[in-house]
Amino acid sequence: MAEVSLREVRKTYGDVKVIHGVDCTIADGELLVIVGPSGCGKSTLLRMIAGLEAITEGEISIGGRVVNDLEPAERDIAMVFQNYALYPHMTVYKNMAYGLKIRRMSKGEIDARVKRAADILELGELLERTPRQLSGGQRQRVAMGRAIVREPSAFLFDEPLSNLDAKLRVQMRVEIKKLQEDLGITSVYVTHDQVEAMTLGHRLLVLNGGVVEQLGTPIELYERPASVFVAGFIGSPSMNLLAARVVAEGNAVELPGGDRLPLANGNSGGQAGRQVILGVRPEHLEIADQGPSAARLTVEVVELLGADTLVHGHFGNDRTDLTVRMGGIHDLKHGEVLPLKVSPDHLHLFDSGSGARL
Amino acid sequence: MVERRGWLTAVTHLVLIAGIAVLALPIYFAFVASTVGLRDIVEPPLPLVPGPFLFDNYGEALLRGVTQAAATPVALMMFNSLVMALVIAFGKIAISLLSAFAIVYFRFPLRMFFFWTIFVTLMLPVEVRILPTYEVVAGLGLLNTYAGLTIPLIASATATFLFRQFFLTVPDELAEAARVDGAGPLRFFADILLPLSRTNIAALFVILFIYGWNQYLWPLLVTTEASMTTIVIGINQMIAPGEDQTNWPVVMATTMLAMLPPVLVVVFMQRLFVKGLVETEK
Repeated sequence: MAEVSLREVRKTYGDVKVIHGVDCTIADGELLVIVGPSGCGKSTLLRMIAGLEAITEGEISIGGRVVNDLEPAERDIAMVFQNYALYPHMTVYKNMAYGLKIRRMSKGEIDARVKRAADILELGELLERTPRQLSGGQRQRVAMGRAIVREPSAFLFDEPLSNLDAKLRVQMRVEIKKLQEDLGITSVYVTHDQVEAMTLGHRLLVLNGGVVEQLGTPIELYERPASVFVAGFIGSPSMNLLAARVVAEGNAVELPGGDRLPLANGNSGGQAGRQVILGVRPEHLEIADQGPSAARLTVEVVELLGADTLVHGHFGNDRTDLTVRMGGIHDLKHGEVLPLKVSPDHLHLFDSGSGARL
Repeated sequence: MVERRGWLTAVTHLVLIAGIAVLALPIYFAFVASTVGLRDIVEPPLPLVPGPFLFDNYGEALLRGVTQAAATPVALMMFNSLVMALVIAFGKIAISLLSAFAIVYFRFPLRMFFFWTIFVTLMLPVEVRILPTYEVVAGLGLLNTYAGLTIPLIASATATFLFRQFFLTVPDELAEAARVDGAGPLRFFADILLPLSRTNIAALFVILFIYGWNQYLWPLLVTTEASMTTIVIGINQMIAPGEDQTNWPVVMATTMLAMLPPVLVVVFMQRLFVKGLVETEK
């Protein structure tokens, strides 16, 4: 049980800056997901918390104790690795007990803890097997068990589900969430998968090129992305991002084809005449049966997913690409033209230079 | 497996049988020669079936030796050879494991320099450095000792290189998991790396035991006392120079005895040996 806090944490390899100053406090019992594309420094950040990478600048503390110069074993953390990193020659039981044995815990206590973890993770039958006799999902559980028996101040997960097949991944995702909430242990979870991030995290830290793009709850990130990057990264299918211009009156944006979309009152903010990036989520575009439509979409590809339909097409003179997500099944044909509308509340404006939210 | 027709199977078997015959026949003759009297050998034709002196010849070889070679009993020679082979095999494995561990898992100044120094010595066979090595061993007063016999042969680039390659295939995350679990470097080495290297160690042991057992040039240089003679040297000394009569049956008994330990090592460790060569356990 502990709070984990990062203050101005930086990492450089020689001249290369990998992490550009991360500030973040993870509350006791919270699950923070660090999410970003590959190479954004998210694993490096996690490994710095774990003590596997040195901290170039800044301070990391766990449970109020600065851990910058402590060995991983002294930081009171447990880590679940991407490839599980189980000891191949040890049985499941020994894998889980190893860390406790090194800490000179009594045999009885080790046994009790391993049995308890095995119960939680339903590993009871497998305790005498070696990792190679286990399936991917079972190995994953053992790796979790190894973390649980330690009863640490914090769990660190490094893309733990990326080696599992899609179905198992969803199942384990739910289990991890449940487990984390039951145990109430502060956790940091690294992933590149935005669905995993959205479903698991109490809060998300979006990292891009070593810079924190946004820190917030999943809903905050979805409803008010702080930058073009977050807007495009969170949500599936990803947000439509269009080059647009705020009209002279400041109460609407003009799309490439000349169509205009009215802005909600608070949205224009004296940006009259300015070039912006307009973001609209595919699920917020609707077919305008009557009344004014914003854009007329020419259908190119239709993806029927059952629960909903994804329509890819283009609109306007310069054929700007657009994706629309509609609930249910829609039988649309190639070349068909759809009039679309969107509520002003669902428009996101970003600075076309910096990408920051306006 | 490729499916074979009847006549192909026959050909395959013929070739294999021929191969076995080529390999086994000399050994069989050596065995026959070690069971007959001296006169049976010297006078043609060569006997084709074992004679009645099996126990006499082997007993004489083991306990008394052949007179020309200052009569060192073969039992003592075998003991010397065994000590040499075992010390070389275990010594090499221990040193190579530790040096490979250092090179792969630790970042110390001149690390690559040391690695390349070790690697370059691969290209220098024992014969090239044998005179300076002799000088050093003689200077340390190690002539006619087990230490002098074995220590210079223990440093091994080949085995270090082999273990280095193996350690490189062990995922880094295993070392990191051990670190998070609180295992120090030596603990990691003993609890994780060593058990994982088990089959490699076994394969290497077989190779090195035979290498040590068959050493000729080095023991020839550093041992001059009869009590330190190894069996490979001993066989050579048994063959009488000039006009003296060589006691061939006893010499043959000695060669049969000399063959025995390597054969036993291969037979008993064959399963692990093959596993170590073909499989990486991860």
